[in-house]
Amino acid sequence: MTSLTAWISGVGLIGPGLPNWAEGERILAGSAPYEPRPTVLPVLECLPAAERRRTGTTVRLALAVGLEATAHAAADAAQLPAVFSSSGGDGQNCHEICRVLASADRQISPTRFHNSVHNAAAGYWGIATGATPASNALCAYDASFAAGLLEALTQLAVDETAVLLIAYDASYPEPLRSVRPIPDAFGVALLLSPGPLASSLARLTAALSERPAERLADARLETLRAGIPAARTLPLLERLARRESGAAVIDYLDDVRLGLEVSACR
Amino acid sequence: MTPLALTAFTATSCIGRGLDATLTTLEAQRTALAPCSFETVTLETSVGEVAGVDDAPLPRELAEFECRNNRLALLGSAQDGFTAAVQDCALRYGRGRIGLWLGTSTSGILETELAYRRLDAESGALPADFRYRGAHNTYSLSAFMRRAFNLAGPAVVISSACSSSAKVFASARRAIAAGLVDAAVVGGVDSLCLTTLYGFHSLQLVARAPCRPFDAARDGISIGEAAAFALLERPPASSAADTVLLLGTGETSDAYHMSSPHPEGRGARTAMEQALAAARLTAADIDYLNLHGTGTPGNDAAEAHAVTAVLGTEVPASSTKGATGHTLGAAGALEAVICALALRHGLMPGGVNTRDLDPQLKVNYLRDNRRARLKAVMSNSFGFGGSNCSLIFGRAG
Repeated sequence: MTSLTAWISGVGLIGPGLPNWAEGERILAGSAPYEPRPTVLPVLECLPAAERRRTGTTVRLALAVGLEATAHAAADAAQLPAVFSSSGGDGQNCHEICRVLASADRQISPTRFHNSVHNAAAGYWGIATGATPASNALCAYDASFAAGLLEALTQLAVDETAVLLIAYDASYPEPLRSVRPIPDAFGVALLLSPGPLASSLARLTAALSERPAERLADARLETLRAGIPAARTLPLLERLARRESGAAVIDYLDDVRLGLEVSACR
Repeated sequence: MTPLALTAFTATSCIGRGLDATLTTLEAQRTALAPCSFETVTLETSVGEVAGVDDAPLPRELAEFECRNNRLALLGSAQDGFTAAVQDCALRYGRGRIGLWLGTSTSGILETELAYRRLDAESGALPADFRYRGAHNTYSLSAFMRRAFNLAGPAVVISSACSSSAKVFASARRAIAAGLVDAAVVGGVDSLCLTTLYGFHSLQLVARAPCRPFDAARDGISIGEAAAFALLERPPASSAADTVLLLGTGETSDAYHMSSPHPEGRGARTAMEQALAAARLTAADIDYLNLHGTGTPGNDAAEAHAVTAVLGTEVPASSTKGATGHTLGAAGALEAVICALALRHGLMPGGVNTRDLDPQLKVNYLRDNRRARLKAVMSNSFGFGGSNCSLIFGRAG
């Protein structure tokens, strides 16, 4: 089985009760208790005010974790190819469009329409950071985190470049929330480099696996992992937070998982 | 990059089901765009609707994926023996060693648009027959085709608006090069829906008459729908001369605006340059360019800037969107298949509908078909959010 390798050299994290990687790291390392609280998004200073007003939760979430990971690695966001992966994109925006299209006049707003593309976060990321390398926008339903990781790892392997992976999900409003109940917003960014950097946390090797996905010991963190597709990253983040080396299996498609080998750098 | 062979390919759009019908329409220089009568849409525009998509429900065992987009996907994959070729490939490599990279922009969103007309009057709930996972979700297309092809390898949807199904070629070639898979099914499927028809209308980017790419009086796009697929593998030791190869891919971001391209085509230019570098070719090696050529004033002007900067003013070029319409997330794969037909049959398809070429656009735009032996051709696809992708295809001999 072919395996893919990279160094994890920057992390960004925002989720319920996980305001950033620094605090999330302490919680996932077991140094602080996990208290679920509604996700709080930081104000984005990187977008011009006019653009900022047009963005919804998913775009702000994706940009915030991406900026955190690049800052962590002291990397230049403008030079990095980026892989964005989301199980559903901007649900609030989708709801508003469907609501207007079901009404008599059907006149949807141009901003709503251009924000409806699945690569909206990638587009705003480019505007915010000036990044002109390739960006990608993926969806694999509940498998979106692992699918994004595979895309980033193959790009790193073949193009021999650092790659920024950003996986993010946010809630739908009703009535879509009832059929796709994502409880809150969660975003994770990993800056993957082809060799070790001063900021590297671990060396990561990934390969498809038949083994079952790992669950988290903390029941509330496990609820989070199982409830939001992007949070399927948590077994990996737990290894990073604990500076642990060893195997982890994360969810991917229904019939195949992603087996990870983590070698902590310090 | 190491070239990959397109060992099977097919396309279905308004210009025809499968390769023979597609080639026949291109040879006849006909448009299949017609006044829009889709669903209850009242916009004055032309669309490229595929006839008969709604006629055949999905087989019962795939009913959880029922939606127009997946019907079009199945209809398209059934042409030219494509599904049989995938299954033969699975026997050679193993089901788990074939990946699936498909592009779509709107997946089965039409089902949700229609369901919102039937919300419960009191609770506001969606109707009980609404299926989020199988129809609405962007990944529905690849989940469906992975099941329909009976594959067990990696699968994903790329959804970067109108570059989606060009970018699948780049992601798949990396996965093959990295050893994640031995072969890949790539493609794109997008179908008519109200979001794109009313959305592009809200941006005043929709033409009233059938679109006229590169015309001085061009006034917007005509929206179409399509399903196009290709099977990518490492070429066998001895390939037939007319085997079509993927030679190069280039992907960049404009970092400029959500719905307008960079006016000088900055990102388009670097995508074409990257594709040439990956293919180890120069501008002089490109015999024909299938333009993104949507027919909006801004897009065609930006692309023309980029094309003349990279390829000069002589390379024969055309947009086939005057015939097919802009098939959005399926456009990259549809036009990749048109490039494969061009290579195989020595046909540079003239752009239809275009009457008076815009003298500002210094591209050698073909309005009539031209026949020549082609060795390498390029296809451009650019999307909202400034997502650019250029592909280069060639012949084995």
